Amino acid sequence: MLEHLLEVNNLEVSFKTYGGEVQAVRDVSFHVDKGEILAIVGESGSGKSVTVQSIMGLIPTPPGKIKNGEVLLEGQDLLKLSKREMQKVKGSKISMVFQDPMTSLNPTMKVGKQIAESITTHQNIKGPEAKERAIDMIRRVGISNPAERYEQYPHEFSGGMRQRIMIAIALACHPKVLLADEPTTALDVTIQAQVLDLMKNLKDEMDTSIILITHDLGVVAETAERVAVMYGGMIVETAPVNELFNNPKHPYTWGLLESIPDIDAADKKRLVPIEGAPPDLFSPPKGCPFAPRCKYAMDVCVEEMPPAFSIDSGHEAKCWLNDSRSPALKELVSAGRQLS
Amino acid sequence: MTETIIQIEQMKKYYPIGKEKTVKSVDDISIEIKRGETFGLVGESGSGKSTLGKTIVGLEDPTSGKIVYNDLDLSQLNKKQKRQINREIQVIFQDPHASLNPRMRVGDIIAEGIDAHKLATGKNRQDRVYELLERVGLQPEHAKRYPHEFSGGQRQRIGIARALAVEPKFIVADEPISALDVSIQAQVINLLEDLKEQEDLTYLFIAHDLGMVKHISDRIGVMYLGKMMELSDSDELFHEPLHPYTKALLSAIPIANPEAERRERIVLEGDPPSPVDPPSGCRFRTRCPFAMDVCAKEVPEWREVKEKHWTACHLYNN
Repeated sequence: MLEHLLEVNNLEVSFKTYGGEVQAVRDVSFHVDKGEILAIVGESGSGKSVTVQSIMGLIPTPPGKIKNGEVLLEGQDLLKLSKREMQKVKGSKISMVFQDPMTSLNPTMKVGKQIAESITTHQNIKGPEAKERAIDMIRRVGISNPAERYEQYPHEFSGGMRQRIMIAIALACHPKVLLADEPTTALDVTIQAQVLDLMKNLKDEMDTSIILITHDLGVVAETAERVAVMYGGMIVETAPVNELFNNPKHPYTWGLLESIPDIDAADKKRLVPIEGAPPDLFSPPKGCPFAPRCKYAMDVCVEEMPPAFSIDSGHEAKCWLNDSRSPALKELVSAGRQLS
Repeated sequence: MTETIIQIEQMKKYYPIGKEKTVKSVDDISIEIKRGETFGLVGESGSGKSTLGKTIVGLEDPTSGKIVYNDLDLSQLNKKQKRQINREIQVIFQDPHASLNPRMRVGDIIAEGIDAHKLATGKNRQDRVYELLERVGLQPEHAKRYPHEFSGGQRQRIGIARALAVEPKFIVADEPISALDVSIQAQVINLLEDLKEQEDLTYLFIAHDLGMVKHISDRIGVMYLGKMMELSDSDELFHEPLHPYTKALLSAIPIANPEAERRERIVLEGDPPSPVDPPSGCRFRTRCPFAMDVCAKEVPEWREVKEKHWTACHLYNN
């Protein structure tokens, strides 16, 4: 079997709080191949941000704790590295873009210096050469007058441009993997289109893999090659993007797809929301986390955690409906399981 | 009773900054909202859509121009009329965390309007609160709890119950679902639609999520840098947009279907200019792929180009 570029296996992360221990990520495994865009979709509290923060070694310990699992980058387990060794990997092999471009840049430091800093820290390039590289990066992320822009401060940039600068910093050392946590959520839709195009182009140019965290299924459909859907701290479905939209196999994925309006629809249909609220991760249910909100839940769903059923190559869903012993959906619906 | 519930005439709202400069947040907008419709207002950050909403609710006074509600000029009201209108026009805010007083019980938050307008006391007040909680999909026992005990979606329901408490006729919903998760957004939208039917409400629905705006609105207005760019029925706006800005905005929406026929994306260059010093003539000309000489010289006229389809663009001035 070919080795994956980045592999996350059986990751478990929890946080100690006054209210008890929150099991934010529960047994998450996935991989990313070279030059691929993997999207992780999920709602607030589903564990998607915690997952990528663990990859980057950004989980504050305490209160956070990585209880189990491994993160293999080209076969090397990042979770076993010392702080110092991890510092070398960060930036040069793996880097991250955050959601909020307003707070993630240093307001008292020239923008160009912030890019150059990343280059000098991770690669042995200093002085004028680092500056040159930084100016080149500003140009590559599509900002005009890069030499002048190098000398400016973050407040002189708009939100979209700050996010471009963040991308420039992240890609300055040609990392193998870019983690992007809701990179366009704070941006307006026309600017979002610009930034997503930019990320796709740079990915092709530099052959970087991207893990894109988002809650927007539109962004997923237009950007990703593969998708992992997270719910209640777990990945409930993974599939190539077309397969996920055409042949989803988990009721949560169905629910997500149904709850967004169809822009091209001629007549207005009532939206189909997912009733109820996400699970409490202080005491996650012993069975499937989605069972309490699922229209098709069976007794087994509450009792036992569903394993990952393989649907097709690269398509897995953690749902008992895919077990050969489960009744077909038609039977469940006629038995009155479908509530709406 | 006329068909028009709100009429806005040449409304301007400028904010002074420093000594000389002003932000032209809303600049000469005239629209009317019909009784019983949902009027969607879209635009990017800084387009002035929220300012327009706040001015209608009375949280801001217009710099010039008129807002007429049911034939009453809102700037010429006596005290009694003002109280009445404050009841009839209500608002639902974006952030369900910041818009509820964390030290008040949910029941008292909802009843604040009832108390202020002396609509009910004692047992009647309590019954009304319980009824409102049930209307928005919560339970009567929630009245005793504090806001922090609720999720975002539930808090938004509390905000809706508070708005409904004084039996409003017109509700300004300013980004009511932006802070909510996708699966919860649909719940709140369905609730708003049901309440509109049951209570004969009219909505001004402000949002930047174009898909949701299209879903809920009968008509949609598109704003850019304080100006109204286009206004039409929501289906027509999505299928036959006229203004180049509307076209670009619609083409930028990511479609949740990987095999969707790729509509040609019009990627706008650059960022919106500052509303402090907006471009001369048409505000959009600096990013418009079709800009002509005239666009820099003259402000395009707000015209009904097709039946019930308004736009301000020189391309449609024959």
